[in-house]
Amino acid sequence: MKTRVYVTLKNGVLDPQGKAIHHALDGLGFSGVNDVRAGKLIELDLADTVSDEDVEAMCRKLLANTVIENFRIERAAHADSAADQVA
Amino acid sequence: MNSAVIIFPGSNCDRDMLTALEAVTGRAPTRVWHRETALPDSVDLIAVPGGFSYGDYLRSGAMAANSPVMRAVKDAADRGVPVLGVCNGFQILTEAGMLPGALMRNAGIRFVCGDVALTVGEARSPFTAGYRSGEEIVIPVAHHDGNFQADQETLDRLEGEGRIAFRYAGECNGSARDIAGIVSDRGNVLGMMPHPERAVEPAHGNQEGRRLFEGLLEAVG
Repeated sequence: MKTRVYVTLKNGVLDPQGKAIHHALDGLGFSGVNDVRAGKLIELDLADTVSDEDVEAMCRKLLANTVIENFRIERAAHADSAADQVA
Repeated sequence: MNSAVIIFPGSNCDRDMLTALEAVTGRAPTRVWHRETALPDSVDLIAVPGGFSYGDYLRSGAMAANSPVMRAVKDAADRGVPVLGVCNGFQILTEAGMLPGALMRNAGIRFVCGDVALTVGEARSPFTAGYRSGEEIVIPVAHHDGNFQADQETLDRLEGEGRIAFRYAGECNGSARDIAGIVSDRGNVLGMMPHPERAVEPAHGNQEGRRLFEGLLEAVG
């Protein structure tokens, strides 16, 4: 089962990469960019036996550093509820 | 003093650390590969050197922190064995949860490389035994992810408990409260971004890093 993990910096954590991207977009003449935050998308192909709790444990143990990052899990079987979370 | 240097794929300051430790202690350190599950029995110091372990994949130090040898390093630290993490070693120790906080991309984006002035902090640990608190020293840095960050409560706790080992004397990488190095609550684990092992020999042009190893040798025996 395809599962996506989105890792983003917590609010309030300075994001130098996002800032650099923002400057570059400004430099290219794109206007109206208020802020840029850079994160990571990690795609996992998981056996059906892997539980939501297992995926969360993977995030806490390795995929995200919860000192500075948040994570959001999107599992294919839960596509609807995941879409709700995005909205 | 018997020391061990942990080597990961992508470590690149391991030779400098081995040379520095041998120069100061008079004994060749044991080299421990990351796949090992045990450390030498009579180890008095474990050094986690700088470099780009696992290519900095995912986050600097994240992979190395979960490699087999780190379980043995954690157990040793819990027994009170001094553990020194330099640069990538500092990143690995925070990722392993042995030190609080995280090392993020430098605030100025750029890799910083060169001598920096540090102020020795108030931490009481075998690692700072060779320095006076408040003394200014110069140690080289070379890193891209040295921007130390933690929540305010953690930063307050580190300062309140006297766990800052080194502070940057000027702006370096955006680190919260200019933190360049911290120790664990017991004081036996030090993580620092600057490279004391690069300021040991007369040929380095600066021997102020040597005093860290000498102080450690005296404190540990």
